[in-house]
Parts: sequence; structure tokens; C-alpha cells
Amino acid sequence: MITTQGLTKVYRSRGREVTALDGVDLHVRQGEVYGVVGTSGAGKSTLIRCVNMLERPTTGTVTVDGVDLTALPGGENRAGRELREARRRIGMVFQHFNLLSSRTVQQNVELPLEIVGLDRTARRRKAAELLDLVGLADKARNYPAQLSGGQKQRVGIARALAGDPKVLLSDEATSALDPETTRSILTLLRDLNQQLGLTVLLITHEMDVIKSVCDSAALMRGGRIVESGALSDLLADGDSRIARDLFPLGEFASGHSGHTVVEITFQGDTPAQPFVSQLARTYQIDINILGAAVETIGGRMVGRMRVELPGGHQDNVVPIGFLREQGLQVDLVAPGGPTEGVAA
Amino acid sequence: MTWDQMQELLWPATWETLQMVGVSSVATVLLGLPLGVLLVLTDKGGLLQHVSVNRVLGAIVNIGRSLPFIILMVALQGLTKAIAGTTIGWQAATVPLTIGAIPFFARLVETAVREVDGGLVEAVQSMGGSTGTIVRKTLLPESLPALVASATTTVIALIGYSAMAGVVGGGGLGDLAVRYGYLRFETGFMWVIIAELVVIVTALQLIGDFLVRRLGHRGAAPRRLRPEAVGLPAEEEAEPASAR
Repeated sequence: MITTQGLTKVYRSRGREVTALDGVDLHVRQGEVYGVVGTSGAGKSTLIRCVNMLERPTTGTVTVDGVDLTALPGGENRAGRELREARRRIGMVFQHFNLLSSRTVQQNVELPLEIVGLDRTARRRKAAELLDLVGLADKARNYPAQLSGGQKQRVGIARALAGDPKVLLSDEATSALDPETTRSILTLLRDLNQQLGLTVLLITHEMDVIKSVCDSAALMRGGRIVESGALSDLLADGDSRIARDLFPLGEFASGHSGHTVVEITFQGDTPAQPFVSQLARTYQIDINILGAAVETIGGRMVGRMRVELPGGHQDNVVPIGFLREQGLQVDLVAPGGPTEGVAA
Repeated sequence: MTWDQMQELLWPATWETLQMVGVSSVATVLLGLPLGVLLVLTDKGGLLQHVSVNRVLGAIVNIGRSLPFIILMVALQGLTKAIAGTTIGWQAATVPLTIGAIPFFARLVETAVREVDGGLVEAVQSMGGSTGTIVRKTLLPESLPALVASATTTVIALIGYSAMAGVVGGGGLGDLAVRYGYLRFETGFMWVIIAELVVIVTALQLIGDFLVRRLGHRGAAPRRLRPEAVGLPAEEEAEPASAR
């Protein structure tokens, strides 16, 4: 749905060059919620603004819903007609909401419809529908200054949906909100994604946002994507930095020498099976649980457990094979090595 | 001088002042507003960035602002003749009044429009709005309270300028005060005129302030409705009304 290829963005000011994007290839599938996470200055804001050409990339292409936006004429501020029409099909929500203070909530939602040229009655009907969708039907006549931050962002989302976009870009939409409001806005985004089949590309600096709504994620650092993929795949990958940040196991004991320490990751339905007691019963071994955590990530239950098995690695080939047969992911933790493949 | 005598002079002069200031105010707003907006749009990083156009406009505005009004009035006689058809009377005074006030108002407009949050411009761009849409639906409505305040300041400045219109036989209150109060030592009459000018200026300022407050209200929540701050930066809650 959204594809960027070899995207670079170089800012030049007073003879100095700053590379904000350094060859970014991003692929967002239709209907998924894709999160780009990174610290400030990593280039994620530039990336999302390149997707609807609020920033023109220096090189590379951006394709949204089959249209190569980089090929459409017009600069950042002087978009041509085709680019303006393409932008109408891409909704965008902002960290600071960017609502017009001179307009009521309803008039704010109507603005994109005015730009499209819809008549008054149709605008009203559509705005009422959208406000109902985001749960603000009773605030239609209020001005933005009379709303709380979460309500403002709901208006921002309603406004972004006015053009019936297939894609929604979210530029740190929850970063100015408190944790509770953040959750409600993320739930709304998730609902819209499921009800309307909306593809969502969001950028954030909070791992919690990725954890609660995203299907896929990418980690940006220094203008590059250093890791990306579906959340379930990332979690299954012991080396994934995203997974480590999403799901830190904390300071667990590393076990005794002469024992084998393994880390077991389970997803979806597997935790329903009592695999620890099965293992103990089947092979008559004593299992020492060093630590465990279970979390819900992207609507799926994910758990991780570190256990200590008696004997060296050679002695435990069969029990480990048994665990793998159960559909569990098992990673060996180097003996004595503190936290390999776990917390950073 | 009796009150009757004063009145006979006062009312025609008041009418002349109001006509002069009224016509030139309307013309100033009509011409100064686009100029002020253009100053913002053509500036570096603006929507219609154009360095040379911006420099030329800026230079014209600066020249216009640095010329004393009385010189402008004399220097513009040719233009006045061409536009108003005469070089004397209040009609003739409106031309230099307008030309003198446009740069002043344009700078105020520029400042007001620059205050509009760039994020709003970006939001409209992301909806597929053109530059014209951004100006009409965002920049002007969002800066309206500041624009009204600027217009009020300009109209009051025009009343001050209009005192010099007597030079071209423009008449008006200022001219009356100079002729009777200064040249004929009718100090009492001069004070009457000054009092009337004070009343007019105060009334205009009050009307302007009232309009600004009315327009600003849409931005501010009544106290009892104000939502509790929910981790928002302070400026999110206190928007335009508190700005002035």
C-alpha cells in the first residue's frame, strides 16, 4: 500500500549538509498498522512527511496505493493539481492536532470536504457521520479550545478520514497526550483499521504504542531502517532489537554452572499447554524457572520464560527438541553469559 | 466664539474627517491586506517563496513608511489629480492618506499572518489544499482578531494623518484646530475640537477591541467548561484570546 524505495533526504543550509534519510526502503501492506519507532532525530518524522510529499525526498520513490507520488509535479509548498488530489486520499493526524481555532469542531471536519468541493448538505452529513464514528457527536458545535487533548485528537482523526482515505499517516499522534488518553486514541486507530480496512502508518518514540496497536514495525536509527518486519516474526527472532525493547525480560538470574539455561518464547495459543510440567513428567527432570513474563502485543499473547535444566547442553538435546515440537521457540543462553539475546 | 458659531464650523469639519478617514480606511484595507499577505508568502520558506519579489515589496513598504506624510501629500499631487480628479478638498486628501497608510497596515498584516501556526498550513496542505485555499481558509480566518486590531490601529493613525489634510484644502477637524486654535488664538475652540477627536478615537478603539474580543472568544473556553489540563503544553489551552 505504501512503498518507499531508496528514499534519501538531504537538507542543505549554509553550505552544510544534513542527511535525514539515508536510503529508506519501507513496505506497508494493505490493511496493516505499521509503526516506525526511533529516537528523535532518527529521521522518522521526515520519513512520514515524505510519504505525502510535505517534504520532497532528495532521491528515491514513494508509491501510495499504486501511485508514484514522487513523479507528480510540484514542490513542497507548490503542489500541482495531481499531487493535491493524491493527498486528499491520504489522511494525516498530527502531534499537536493542528485544528483551526476559528472553526467549530464540525467546521474543522468539513474543511477537507470544502476543499474537495462537496456541497453544504453533503458536508454536514459526512461530518456528523465522522464525529459519530470518533465518539464526539455532542461536541460538533464546540470550538477546539473547549476540548481536551484527547478530544482534539479525535477531531483530528475525524478530519483526516473525511476524504475517505485508504491510508492514514499518524505523526506522533499520541505524544502530547497522557497515558490513558493515549490508550483510548490507539484503540480508536485500531478500531478504524479493522472496521474500515484502513492502512495506518504511524511514527512514535514510544515502544508502548508499537506494542498495543501495530502489526508490523520498523526501527529507525540515523536515517536508516535498521530492522523491520511483522511483530510476530520479530518476537520470534532472538536477536531482534525491537523485540528486546518490546519485551524486556529484566534482570533474571543466569543460572548455575553445569546446568543449561534456555529461553522459551511462546505466542498465541501455546501458553494454554502446560509444557513445563509435561517436560518434567516426560523426561523426569527438575526444571528451575529463573524468570517469566507474559504480555499482550498487538492483540496477541506473547510470553517468555527462562528456565534452567540440569546437565550440560549435550544432556538436554532431547528435552529441547521436545519443546520445539510443541511450537515453542527455544534459545540457548550462553552459560554464565549474562543476558545474551535478552535485555540489552 | 459662541457655541452656535463653533457648531457651525464643527459639524462640516467632522463630516469631512469621517469621509476622508472612511474612504481611505476602506481603500487601505483592500490594498494593504493583499500586500501584507504577499510579504509573508513570498518570504524565504513561504508558500510562494520569491526572494526578489519579496525584496522589492519590502523596499516599497519601507520607503512608503519613511516618507513624512506631509511630503507624501505634496509629492503625490500628480497621482492625486489622476485618481481623484482634483488636488484640493477632502477627496484629494484620500489619495495620499491611503498611500501613506498602506505600508503601515501591510506591516501589521504581515506580523499578524506570520503568527499563524505553521502546523495549520501543513494540515491544509495534507488535505490537498492549494495556496489560495490556505490563505482564504486558514491564514486569514486564523489571524482575523489580529487583523481587526491592526485595522483599528490603522484607522486611528489615519485620523492623525488627516489633520495635515488642510494643506491641500482637505478640511477636517485637525485643519480646523490649526486654523482657529493656533492661527487665531481661539484656545477654547481648539480644546473643543481636541475633545471631539478624543471621543472619536476612543469610540473607534472600543469598537475595535469589542470586535477583537468577540472574534477571540471562539478560541477560549468559558471558565466552567475549561477541561482539566491533560498533559498538554500550556499553550494548547490558552490560544488566541489571551494573545491580546
